[in-house]
Amino acid sequence: MSRYSMHILVCGGTGCKSSDSDILVEKLKKELDKQGLGETVQVIMTGCFGFCEKGPIVKVMPDNTFYTQVKPSDAEEIVEEHIVKGRKIDHLLYTDPETSKHITDSNRMGFYKKQMRIALRNCGFIDPERIDEYIARDGYMALGKVLSEQTPEETIALMKSSGLRGRGGAGFPVGLKWEFARNNVSDKKYVVCNADEGDPGAFMDRSILEGDPHSVLEAMAIIGYCIGADEGYIYIRAEYPLAIARLKTALNQAREYGLLGKDIMGSGFNFDIGLKYGAGAFVCGEETALIHSMEGERGEPTLKPPFPAESGYLGKPTNVNNVETLANVAPILLKGAEWFSSIGTEKSKGTKVFALAGQINNVGLIEVPMGTTLREVIFEIGGGIKDGKKFKAVQTGGPSGGCLTEKHLDTPIDYENLVENGSMMGSGGMIVMDEDDCMVSIAKYYLDFTVEESCGKCAPCRIGNKRLHELLERICEGKGETADLDRLRNLGEVIKDTSLCGLGQSSPNPVLSTLDNFYDEYTSHVHDKKCAAGVCKDLMEYFILEEHCVGCTACARACPVGAISGERKELHVVNPDTCIKCGACLEKCKFDAVILK
Amino acid sequence: MNKIKSLSDLKKIREEQNRSIELRSKGEAAEKLVQVKVAMATCGIASGAKETMEFLMDSLEKRGVNAVVTQTGCMGYCYAEPTIEVTMPGKEPVVFGNVNTQKADEIIEKYIKGGALVDGIIPVNYETIQTKE
Repeated sequence: MSRYSMHILVCGGTGCKSSDSDILVEKLKKELDKQGLGETVQVIMTGCFGFCEKGPIVKVMPDNTFYTQVKPSDAEEIVEEHIVKGRKIDHLLYTDPETSKHITDSNRMGFYKKQMRIALRNCGFIDPERIDEYIARDGYMALGKVLSEQTPEETIALMKSSGLRGRGGAGFPVGLKWEFARNNVSDKKYVVCNADEGDPGAFMDRSILEGDPHSVLEAMAIIGYCIGADEGYIYIRAEYPLAIARLKTALNQAREYGLLGKDIMGSGFNFDIGLKYGAGAFVCGEETALIHSMEGERGEPTLKPPFPAESGYLGKPTNVNNVETLANVAPILLKGAEWFSSIGTEKSKGTKVFALAGQINNVGLIEVPMGTTLREVIFEIGGGIKDGKKFKAVQTGGPSGGCLTEKHLDTPIDYENLVENGSMMGSGGMIVMDEDDCMVSIAKYYLDFTVEESCGKCAPCRIGNKRLHELLERICEGKGETADLDRLRNLGEVIKDTSLCGLGQSSPNPVLSTLDNFYDEYTSHVHDKKCAAGVCKDLMEYFILEEHCVGCTACARACPVGAISGERKELHVVNPDTCIKCGACLEKCKFDAVILK
Repeated sequence: MNKIKSLSDLKKIREEQNRSIELRSKGEAAEKLVQVKVAMATCGIASGAKETMEFLMDSLEKRGVNAVVTQTGCMGYCYAEPTIEVTMPGKEPVVFGNVNTQKADEIIEKYIKGGALVDGIIPVNYETIQTKE
């Protein structure tokens, strides 16, 4: 084996790859060969580093230098300056937004300081396409240990005492779920990995599958041993081609090593895993709908009970866990239940991965201990609101969650606290909004999504959400009436109480929580016909300021519907009845005379 | 690929493969380890810095010292190449000049393992942006 004295890690997640990180890898290799360093410096494509805002990310080891927004054209400079001459490249380093200083070491970046990586432990560290690197990081040790030293009962007991709860949304205790599946007697059982990540803005499962696929395979085999199953499936959406490719590579490597297949590590235990592709329907993240989709049926949920642990895939007992949950399994079995339960809050143990998005400086993927406050996440790790604007709200839990506001900033994040405040953990999407976001439109946006994604099986979700959406549309168009506000609340609550599955039961949450927290915005839309954030176009009017207008006629000539009148060198006026609010006049005016109010 | 037939097979692969990621694990915890920087500019390489670096990497590993060996640019002491900078955890960095393999051997034995200073130290008489703050 040749001896490398340096490693260049390049992010190979979907985000960075779409910014040409794969071309960068090729160029780096070429430049290294040019300098005769091909044998001394190794270029490795890893999984996601999480700091997607500034991707593509390059990390040079062992001096732990963190470069951001690296383009393929920077390859030459990195090799010539950093690798050959040992000089760090200033303009590629991360600049601390507060001190404006360059930070070389990622450990000192605000983004990483407060993070604790369990599920993401190998993302951005190992080459996901090499099983050996996973093994070097204690990979498959948990499976080996369980198979040779522990009974299924002991393993389940350990998982129960660790306090791990499902990371897909509802937070059901994982050990208990396994126990139910184990206790149901059957000739055949199945292990299913739910990789149907559907929340807008959430991409933690994709990143884990792309950056550390073996952690999921190992956990599935462990579950197989615990519940007595010899077959597993990963239900993954076809929109994740890179994750699928890496999973296939990982499956082949694990089979070659005999870590999947017959008689794993001489224990007599057989287990193998197949892939099932979903067409990307949100409702298929619900476990009963997911199972129907796997069976080739329509992706529609059915009433629980029976739970999948009794009658799941092909009517057999089935254990379904989500990707992030599975990524936590091996570390718990290796480090112990006490270690895991020492992290987090009383009822929510361990860490949670969040996908930060919206009006925030550091968009990306983070993992923090449960109980971290929203303030820490948004202002310390997330680097605060873009362009120094004011924080307004954060949406957690995707279309099923709700909005939290300023007064919730110091609430420790865990399953219970989020629900208590009208939101939920969901899969961990966090969309941050600033003063320029209109909360009524946000609620409408999420309902757009649920109306689109509702499978249509039950009436409350199919019809109710449609009506809810129409009410919001009316309010945004300025046609709302006072009674609509009560209608929104009543209808929302009925949908919550009567829908068949989790999708419908949680779909009114964005409306109800914005009604709770931003009632004044609703009333100003309904009573004053005003949208303070300036988002709802129908409530805005174009207006020409007398003191700025010079009568140049530029706006009148730009107006496609002839709504602007006025003589040359005299004040122009917009006729609100003909105006279609296209904004052409505002763009054309050189004197800032046209305003929207 | 040979099949892994037991837990001990797996452990064996883990030990073998540990080397492939060692550099990265050390980089993440560099502050707690002995850090050695070898000046590898033209002047250093011409005076044999490459041999020194390889020697350092090999011998530190053989002698069981947990160290991070990296290369750096010209430190400006071209008259005393090859130069290396050694930082023991929690201590100020010390620069040694004229480090051939023999000298490197002495530095490992006496300074890194024993904590005793050896001849050839170049007094640091400059400030960097990092030390200024």
